Amino acid sequence: MKLTGAQALIKSLEMEGVEVMFGLPGGCILPVYDPIIDSPIRHILVRHEQGAGHMAEGYAHVTGKPGVAMVTSGPAATNIVTPLCDAYMDSVPMVVITGQVNTFAIGSDAFQECDTTGITQAVTKHNWLVTDAADIPLVVREAFHIANSGRPGPVLIDLPKDVANQLMEWQWPTDADVDADLPGYKPTTKGNGRMIREAARMIAAAERPVIYAGGGILKARAAEALRELAELTGIPVVTTLMARGAFPDSHPLALGMPGMHGNYTAVTSMQKADLLIALGSRFDDRVTGKVDAFAPGAKIVHVDIDPAELGKVRRPDVPIVGDCRSVIEEITQALRQLAATAPEDAGSASAPDRGPWMAQIREWQTRFPLHYEMAEDDRFLKPQFVIETLRENTPEDVILASGVGQHQMWASQHFRFEHPYTWVNSGGLGTMGFAVPAAIGAKVGRPDRMVWAVDGDGCFQMTAQELVTASAERIPVKIAILNNAYLGMVRQWQELFYEERYSEVYLSPDLPDYVKWAEAMGCVGLRVEHAEEVQPAIEKANSIDDRPVVIDFRTDSREKVYPMVPAGGSNDDIILGPSQGEGGR
Amino acid sequence: MSPTSPGRHTTARHHILSVLVENKAGVLARVSGLFSRRGYNIYSLAVAPTDDERFSRITIVVDVGGTTLEQITKQLFKLINVVKINELDPAQSTEMELALATVKADAGSRGEIIEMVNVFGGHVVDVSHDALTVSLADAPARVDDFEELMRAYGIVELQRTGRVALPKLDRQAPRLRSVTGKVG
Repeated sequence: MKLTGAQALIKSLEMEGVEVMFGLPGGCILPVYDPIIDSPIRHILVRHEQGAGHMAEGYAHVTGKPGVAMVTSGPAATNIVTPLCDAYMDSVPMVVITGQVNTFAIGSDAFQECDTTGITQAVTKHNWLVTDAADIPLVVREAFHIANSGRPGPVLIDLPKDVANQLMEWQWPTDADVDADLPGYKPTTKGNGRMIREAARMIAAAERPVIYAGGGILKARAAEALRELAELTGIPVVTTLMARGAFPDSHPLALGMPGMHGNYTAVTSMQKADLLIALGSRFDDRVTGKVDAFAPGAKIVHVDIDPAELGKVRRPDVPIVGDCRSVIEEITQALRQLAATAPEDAGSASAPDRGPWMAQIREWQTRFPLHYEMAEDDRFLKPQFVIETLRENTPEDVILASGVGQHQMWASQHFRFEHPYTWVNSGGLGTMGFAVPAAIGAKVGRPDRMVWAVDGDGCFQMTAQELVTASAERIPVKIAILNNAYLGMVRQWQELFYEERYSEVYLSPDLPDYVKWAEAMGCVGLRVEHAEEVQPAIEKANSIDDRPVVIDFRTDSREKVYPMVPAGGSNDDIILGPSQGEGGR
Repeated sequence: MSPTSPGRHTTARHHILSVLVENKAGVLARVSGLFSRRGYNIYSLAVAPTDDERFSRITIVVDVGGTTLEQITKQLFKLINVVKINELDPAQSTEMELALATVKADAGSRGEIIEMVNVFGGHVVDVSHDALTVSLADAPARVDDFEELMRAYGIVELQRTGRVALPKLDRQAPRLRSVTGKVG
């Protein structure tokens, strides 16, 4: 069967089970947009290529399947670099297809030419410039294989226009063909047995252990395995920003989020631990604070599928390379065997008493809960109150997306995450403007779920145009803008560390008019200025299911995110609130 | 690369990585790009296809500063086109490097220079009235010595290739340390 390269590409995507793709056509990718008309794949036409990338990410976050985006060459390719980098930092599986100028024009500074594979080399797990249409099926298979195996990540296929038009003989490659063409790619998934037994011994002997669960738990579909390990051992669990939802917040062993804006108990329990069991986490600087002062008394068991993470920041005592789910299950198994083989009388004598540790943790939780103060008068709406009200008025399995900044931290702190894949955010890269397109992608991936985005006013202005996409495609996402009229997190740092010298952070509460803007984009727009209006507005938004809703919550500009560990500071120097914050400069 | 200074090849921070890669377009750019974006220093680098045309071998001398060699090899392994990495222990490997040097040589010094080249087992590869181009392929330390001696006559131009290395044929098994932990 003879196909054009373009037809072969779409057929290959169908063979990979792609149901949805996000994109925007242009000159060099034109040939590939023709066979889309005849394909069962749903194509969602975005308004800006960055939106296509973040939608693909949101889709991947909630489904676990690689998100697919397709755009043209040159400026379209550069517009999707940000989502690629975002996905690379957060290990999100994504396949991006870009058009490219004709092979004979490459290198000639042709119209809309750019060195896409060169530019994206540093922000993809791998990329390809296809120069022969016969290679397309194999490249697509490899792309999906690489994106979704080992440590997941984004990949990019750059397809020149003449290759898309070239005729080829269709043949779908076998697994063996893929393996033969990737001699350097063999991810280790099974953990080393000796290390697993050693980890189990250390866990059984620890007096003050903490499980430090990261986003790898979600990537490995290991939430259940994590819960089993925690419940078997009674060890408390912190869930990093990327792992929110990997362990239910309502669980008695859940300590919540650690790190720069983590709660006191999560941060301090790690500082005082004698064993950190790091599962799919990477000792990010936002978690560790000053590395030399991080968890000084703790031994480290570190499980990660990426060997380069082991020892990158902190040298582990027990390093285990492997898939988080299988390794956790094996550790749990090894712990059971350890308990079974221990002599019955000696068992109780040698097992450490963790009573004092758990008592200490309970005491911290009681003394230092997450806390904010309601405003002295009704003129000021507290952003945390909005999040809490949203939490109380949405179903338990609601999917929450967020942008980056204060609203993101409040959402992570004050929402509750009971299920995996309910929290979609940009952690590593910290991409402002992530929320709106990511929420749209999430809703496309899980149309059965309610999807809310908590966004900042600064973030919203970066990618709001994708609500036009959502209206046109009938994707009913709900956006809560915590509008504090500022680039709030920057304002917070200028207040605390730059003597309240506010430089270029004021945005205005009513320019733009968010309600009119929402309406212009085909959404329902609502405005909330007082605490008593919060719940009715959320309920109204929940009742609308045929178009997107945007709520402009006018929140208190002065509110800051606490607790806080100043950048580069030790986690021991955690600042709990404003009264302490003044001295924390 | 920095200008030459005597004895530079013996620094303890230098390690030799022999990296087997797929012989595909752009692979060298991926390797060198990784070094620059992760802040690792390449001291020297030599690339050529192996006897199997599907693969090339890149011999990299890395200057291990703030980063551990382990971290460098692990990050290298994450490149899909990298097939295998061996760390060659300098004490247990045979290293060679080629230097080409154009040296000022008038009638007075020419004979002396040629004698020096012969002592080292090098070659005179080009001659003019006032200069000679000489070559030497030898262990990097010997090339260092040679370069230093030539410098006294006045080097017009100098080009060194960077070293290539293979494990020494020892009486025991060769110390070819394979770095484990293939990556996803």
